Amino acid sequence: MNIHEYQARRILESYGVNTLPGKVAETPEEAEAIAQELKCPKYVIKAQIHAGGRGKGGGVKLADSPAEVKQHADAILGMQLVTPQTGPEGKLVRKVLIAEAAEIEKEFYLAILLDRETSRLTLIGSEEGGVNIEEVAAQTPEKIIRAEVHPAFGLTEFQAREFAYKLITDVDYRSVIPNATQLILALYSAFIACDCSLVEINPLAIVKTDDALDIVALDSKVNLDDNSLWRHSDIAEMRDPHEEDPSELEASESGLSYIRLDGDIGCMVNGAGLAMATMDIIKQNGGEPANFLDVGGGASVEAVTHAFRLILADDNVKAVLVNIFGGIMKCDTIANGIVEAAKQVELNVPLVVRLEGTNVELGKQIIAESDLNVQQAEGLSEAAQLSVKAANLA
Amino acid sequence: MSILVNKNTKVLVQGITGRSGRFHTEQCAAYGTQIVAGAVPGRGGSDVNGIPVYDTVADGVTATGADTSLIFVPARFNAADSVMEAAEAGVELIVCISEHIPVLDMVKAKAYLQGKSTRLIGPNCPGIITPGECKIGVMPEFAYAPGNVGIVSRSGTLTYEAAYQLKRLGIGQSTCVGIGGDPVIGTNFVDVLKLFEADDDTHAVVLIGEIGGTAEEKAAQFVKDEMTKPVIGFIAGQTAPPGKRMGHAGAIISGGQGTAADKIQALKDAGVAVADSLTTIGETVSEALA
Repeated sequence: MNIHEYQARRILESYGVNTLPGKVAETPEEAEAIAQELKCPKYVIKAQIHAGGRGKGGGVKLADSPAEVKQHADAILGMQLVTPQTGPEGKLVRKVLIAEAAEIEKEFYLAILLDRETSRLTLIGSEEGGVNIEEVAAQTPEKIIRAEVHPAFGLTEFQAREFAYKLITDVDYRSVIPNATQLILALYSAFIACDCSLVEINPLAIVKTDDALDIVALDSKVNLDDNSLWRHSDIAEMRDPHEEDPSELEASESGLSYIRLDGDIGCMVNGAGLAMATMDIIKQNGGEPANFLDVGGGASVEAVTHAFRLILADDNVKAVLVNIFGGIMKCDTIANGIVEAAKQVELNVPLVVRLEGTNVELGKQIIAESDLNVQQAEGLSEAAQLSVKAANLA
Repeated sequence: MSILVNKNTKVLVQGITGRSGRFHTEQCAAYGTQIVAGAVPGRGGSDVNGIPVYDTVADGVTATGADTSLIFVPARFNAADSVMEAAEAGVELIVCISEHIPVLDMVKAKAYLQGKSTRLIGPNCPGIITPGECKIGVMPEFAYAPGNVGIVSRSGTLTYEAAYQLKRLGIGQSTCVGIGGDPVIGTNFVDVLKLFEADDDTHAVVLIGEIGGTAEEKAAQFVKDEMTKPVIGFIAGQTAPPGKRMGHAGAIISGGQGTAADKIQALKDAGVAVADSLTTIGETVSEALA
């Protein structure tokens, strides 16, 4: 699950990660009031959407006074913000973060994530902060520093300190090493306590306040492990439904895995791997899948009904391809489910069904004898061809 | 011969009294698998269809000599802890079917297994089958037939599909291993390829991968450096958009890494015969064996 920057910041602060003062606002007036409360020489106004590159689209502004904060907030709130990560349609901005803007001495990158090679959490850092870390990793891998955490012992203080020394090599900045060490330890505590799947601070910055140097998280991103949200109800509540595709949200609530795509052939498949492979075959046959949808290995009647509803809610869908490999769940049971579900949802586009597995003949017979507008395919290739043809004719 | 499991494998089922534990235990036993015990806290002394149930895995192993554990414990009942319990009880092999286990729990369980001789398959996998001898998992047995082709895969239904294509072409399988689609898994492609390479009765291997991560690239490197047997590959997700998670936690293309094109190229460079489409896996194996 993704959350907003202001929420990520709140979580990290509660574990002791140092930030500059700031608050979230939903109206220009609130933004102005927050600025008056913060009372600092310079402010930053940041659009709160689930996408990076907000500055590039005009979603991040600096201001010198509360009045100017209000002005910028007024412009940003309600805008359809387009960034390199949002797609051309952009995302509606509903909230802005108002924070103190400090004089930045130097920016770094800091993250904790799972290294799949070692199955361990790994700290990643770079003195190339505020930029795209994937580019740094690809072009100048020597600028990436890493530290692996043993799950039984956790991140030790010496490891965090060593990491801080490796990250901050300039002797002029040595005074912030103790604070940097504490920040890294706090970040790790937050990661473990909240079951994160990624925490990223970019930039982590050395700033000058009242002539002293300090190190602060200027922007933070927190992703949570979906599989552990049940044990973090407070965090689960942070989900912002506005940021998610309504059908994907509905699917996840009913235990289906659905992702909307741009094509016109709706797909219903059991199993994630088979679902991806089915999309591939549609494309190889000249069609475009409208979605990824995994109804689960079992493909129960309820799941199939729900899946039909999701697929048909997409107006672009001109044909539906159902590809089920009946295993433990037999094909006749699945066929009954398809017929019943198609009736319930009043299916109004051509349906192509490919069934394989236990009792397949019985399953095919049930579908053939139904009064559905349905074509049955012998194999997956034929199913793909038929559905592409049906979509093109519609 | 086969790898990992055969007709002599003695299985204990953790979570045997749950709905899916009970159902699949019956299916496995009907296939001929020796299910010797179950373990469910608080249910010690009872039985499931004549299979004795113990409170702890250690009790079950001591009493029955089980060498393998099959786990159906739901994630919310701490399935990762069940993995550690089985390892501590000294079984050689753990097959964890449970899905949705929190990643940090698995990070811990995997560290717990380090230095022990126990091998973990999964979690979030369909299990292992040595056709005609032993099924430890949830796969539909009709899709398989005994023979000499090994299959290793991250995906369940895709494996059934591939095995069934082979069966219809008269090509049986030595052993089929579902390694699971989670970010942290006990056994990876390379581990299984090593076992197949060393198994006299496996003459060729089918590797079924998908987008995300770099496991297929690692496998390709191993095939290039170490494998003498023919390997046939397939990668699902050639048309998947970046940044979207396709069902499996593992199936996500991030930052341009883990794309199907990269994986297919890596496999081809290693001399793997890659099937262009799911529908041609069977033919591709047939050609490779000819």
